[in-house]
Amino acid sequence: MDVTLLLILLFIGAVATYFSGNAIASKVALFFSVAALGVSLALLNQFSQGTDISFSAQWIKNPNVLFALKADGLSIAMVLLTTALTPLIVLSGFGNNFNNAKNFYALVLFMAFAMIGTFLASDGFVYYIFWELSLIPIYFIALIWGNGDAEARKKAVIKFFIYTFAGSLFMLAAFIYLYQKAGTFKWDVLVGLDLSATEQFWIFLAFFLAYAIKIPLIPFHTWQANVYQKAPTIGTMLLSGIMLKMGLYSVLRWQLPLAPNAAKELQYIIIGLALAGVVYGSIVALKQKDLKKLLAYSSLAHVGLIAAGCYAMNMDGLRGAVLQMIAHGFVIVGLFFAAEVIYRRYETRTISEMGGIRQQTPKFASMFMILVLASVALPGTFNFVGEFTVLYSLSTENMVFAVIGGTTIILGAFYMLRMFQHAMLGETNAKMFADVTVSEGIVFVAIIGFLLFFGLYPKPIIELITPSIQEILVHVK
Amino acid sequence: METSLVLLLLLAPFVGFLSNVFLGKQFGRTGSGVLGTLAVVASFIATVIFFMQVNSTKEAINIHLFDWIAMGKFSIGFDILLDQLSLLWLMFVTGIGALIHLYSISYMHDDENTHKFFSYLNLFVFFMIMLVAGSNLLIMFIGWEGVGLCSYLLIGFWYKNQDYNDAAKKAFIMNRIGDLGFLIGIFIIGYLFNTLDFVALKQAILAGNGTANLALIGTAALCLFIGASGKSAQIPLYTWLPDAMAGPTPVSALIHAATMVTAGIFMITRLNFLFELAPDVKMIIAVVGVFTALVAAAIGLVQNDIKKVLAYSTVSQLGLMFLALGLGAYEVAVFHVITHAFFKACLFLGSGSVIHALHGEQDMRNMGGLRKAMPVTFITMLISTLAISGIFPFAGFWSKDEILLTAFHGNTVLWVLGSIASIMTAFYMFRLMFLTFFGEFRGTEEQKHHLHESPALITVPLIVLAVLAAIGGAINLPGNNWLNHYLAPLFKGHEAHHLDNTAYMLMGIATVGALIGIGIAYSMYISKKQVPEADDKVQGLHKVLANKFYLDEIYMAVIVKPIYALAKFSRDYIEKGLSNIVFGFGTVADGLALQGKKMQNGNIGFYLFAFVFGLCSIVYYLFFVR
Repeated sequence: MDVTLLLILLFIGAVATYFSGNAIASKVALFFSVAALGVSLALLNQFSQGTDISFSAQWIKNPNVLFALKADGLSIAMVLLTTALTPLIVLSGFGNNFNNAKNFYALVLFMAFAMIGTFLASDGFVYYIFWELSLIPIYFIALIWGNGDAEARKKAVIKFFIYTFAGSLFMLAAFIYLYQKAGTFKWDVLVGLDLSATEQFWIFLAFFLAYAIKIPLIPFHTWQANVYQKAPTIGTMLLSGIMLKMGLYSVLRWQLPLAPNAAKELQYIIIGLALAGVVYGSIVALKQKDLKKLLAYSSLAHVGLIAAGCYAMNMDGLRGAVLQMIAHGFVIVGLFFAAEVIYRRYETRTISEMGGIRQQTPKFASMFMILVLASVALPGTFNFVGEFTVLYSLSTENMVFAVIGGTTIILGAFYMLRMFQHAMLGETNAKMFADVTVSEGIVFVAIIGFLLFFGLYPKPIIELITPSIQEILVHVK
Repeated sequence: METSLVLLLLLAPFVGFLSNVFLGKQFGRTGSGVLGTLAVVASFIATVIFFMQVNSTKEAINIHLFDWIAMGKFSIGFDILLDQLSLLWLMFVTGIGALIHLYSISYMHDDENTHKFFSYLNLFVFFMIMLVAGSNLLIMFIGWEGVGLCSYLLIGFWYKNQDYNDAAKKAFIMNRIGDLGFLIGIFIIGYLFNTLDFVALKQAILAGNGTANLALIGTAALCLFIGASGKSAQIPLYTWLPDAMAGPTPVSALIHAATMVTAGIFMITRLNFLFELAPDVKMIIAVVGVFTALVAAAIGLVQNDIKKVLAYSTVSQLGLMFLALGLGAYEVAVFHVITHAFFKACLFLGSGSVIHALHGEQDMRNMGGLRKAMPVTFITMLISTLAISGIFPFAGFWSKDEILLTAFHGNTVLWVLGSIASIMTAFYMFRLMFLTFFGEFRGTEEQKHHLHESPALITVPLIVLAVLAAIGGAINLPGNNWLNHYLAPLFKGHEAHHLDNTAYMLMGIATVGALIGIGIAYSMYISKKQVPEADDKVQGLHKVLANKFYLDEIYMAVIVKPIYALAKFSRDYIEKGLSNIVFGFGTVADGLALQGKKMQNGNIGFYLFAFVFGLCSIVYYLFFVR
């Protein structure tokens, strides 16, 4: 058994969902996403017993392209993040009635397929195809099933598409250049190339544009808040929970090993940019009126810190970054879902129109609170493990970095608690707030359980990712 | 066996928390309270067993539960350290904790969310145990942030009131400012010593490993102190504590007087070997401590809310403890932590008893003459007031006297300032007693009709605490010095002061000072029967004090408002600007396309012209330029 099975399964799942019809599409999608989770866990089991689950075959003779999928600890961790979140994301849609549900859920599975491909590809060409492929389903999901004024939505979504696509073209150019030199797109050959300082500089920059827009780092983030707000919540979850990790993952997998010297050269500038995003995102989040937009800016702040960890280019930085990618993936999906749960009952995303919910639904209030606490990295949650490791790595580079990055623990608490106070607390709201349904409860409990368990016992994940990070660091040093 | 008893100690309150969260409603109001209390009692019993063991064997118990976080150069275990210091702390955390749980069964009985209250209270005890018993800085940090969370939840317990929610949020955020300092301190220590474990750290420092960079160690110590000053409400981070009185009174007694706020003192005592390497930082601690003691006592002079008086008194007393820490007299600070826990818990619970009897009234101007109706509350509070004022032979006399004695030997200015704070303490505490319990009752007829002594569940904890406040000084009487001997393994030879003439003289001065404070209060509030003026009538210095030196307003204007303004500006202008730049690229591309489109106008003549022009250009280039 190797990782292609996972891709095949998700692809078949997408097709099957499309042909299943609108009535049962969500259930079919859930079935396939759970099956994919099961398969990925089985693959994890094989991997940890030392079985090789990678795959490689000649795809195109000229240009020389291998359909190569490499499964190391890092890739498997990202794949598991995707396959664990996808069922929850699908399940979270059970409370909605989507028009053309078969198309919608087929696109969700197709997106999971493309993202997993991106995380596994070890041939630059294949990687690029999957990378761009993942953009198509989310474009349609946001455009067709999104909310708010159709014209404004179209504007935001098209901007997002063109912007990220344009950024990626620079990456494609860099890959073509590398292919000219190496005669292959294979990862192990490309990272072994002996590139001059100038070459590295331009390659680094080309990749940087693609990733900085995708992650996003300031000032390349302007697509984010609007798309997060206007996409249907499932789309927002896919974007914030998994897709933006593609950018961060790619920094570790491709950018740093390909252009390590340029990365070191520009290290302080980019860490500075990433940390500026931490502070800026937190401050902008403070005065957001729309709950989803507030979460979008909180996401901007958090990924800024993750990016800083990536560019710290040491063991703790990379490891902390990966841990935090996973932790953030879960918590942000949970938080966007909480926003959706409120929207289903109050039909608003404006924080000032909420309030007084806690009295009516203590269960939901507690679960939302725990997610807020995880988001502000309270010790005991998985988010703390990641954030602490990243901040520690930054402190070993330069204490100023740790102090600036550390402001997230103050500002994060500021905007999150402020939001929670105005959304949930206060005099009982006159509008009825129905208690969470079973499917809603499952999503929350699964996410919270994950964050608390690995908050106390992150060891399995740390041990899974450490060897592959060491391998990356060999190329970086 | 040992491990399972440790787990009992640690987890009993956590089990209590879970049970009350999931089944609390089924237990009923009394049931959930009894369950919560029993959980803490279980921890207390386990603590006593370990305490006896360690007291006789002198061997610390260090247990590795599991690996937690792996760092590049070291790993952090989930480890528990039960030594003299942590067990001493656990004794009063779980002991007083159990009493306050017991008290709360009655106090919170009419609340609709009793089970939630006890679940939070249990969770607090759990995190407090973690804070104290953690074997390394990061486990301590779990507890540290955990108690902060419980403090947040309990200050905002009555969450329908947004003022209370504001107070809760403020407490959490101000604590987090300190916590960033704590974290940076942890980073530096990890960087210098490649360990966060207390035992390993102490060994490294005593062996001189990693101690070459004294400047960096000093920075670490300063950062840790910032963390301590957040949690223990020192200048400039103390303003959250008086607001924290929004929580139910048992919370104020447990969290904001007896236990959580002493965490900063615990942390510095735990790391005394590190602070010993940073004499400058110690000086800063002493100065901040004594100024906090003074400023808070001064504000306490004019407060009219009974809980606010006690809150400022707590800040002030914590300041005195930091003074002792800064002077390197760690055991003296610990001594005062313990006696303070006794009398301040008693005072808060007593004030709760009063507030309960008056159906929520907290303003002392509407009290008076309560001693006849509430004799037990009165006598227990009186004993504790005598203790906090430093009257012989009550507990506070001995511990405060040792602080002042240490200050006298360290720096006379600090001694003078500390003594002034003590005199003010005696004044405002007796002001509280006189206004509350003496004179005529100034409340409504309705309230007067219902005046009653509280039930046994409330008075029994009061009596126990009052007894401890009376005789608690016995643990470290001069000459006997049990506490100093008990804690001796932790500190590098700090000699106890002998009872010489200087000591007697200082005791005398302190006692006279306290009596003067009491005398002034007596003449103002008993002889002249004064009642504090309405808030809008106060003027001058009095007004400045009543408004807490306007510190909240200053923070608002200097920090919070500018951040909000920046947030709004970024949201409305920077975001739009950046977005327009991106759209700008699109517009440029659009424009170019438009121009390009114009050229394809179907005019054959133009195409021909362009073709010929292009051809000529190429020929020109090939023949003349190259």
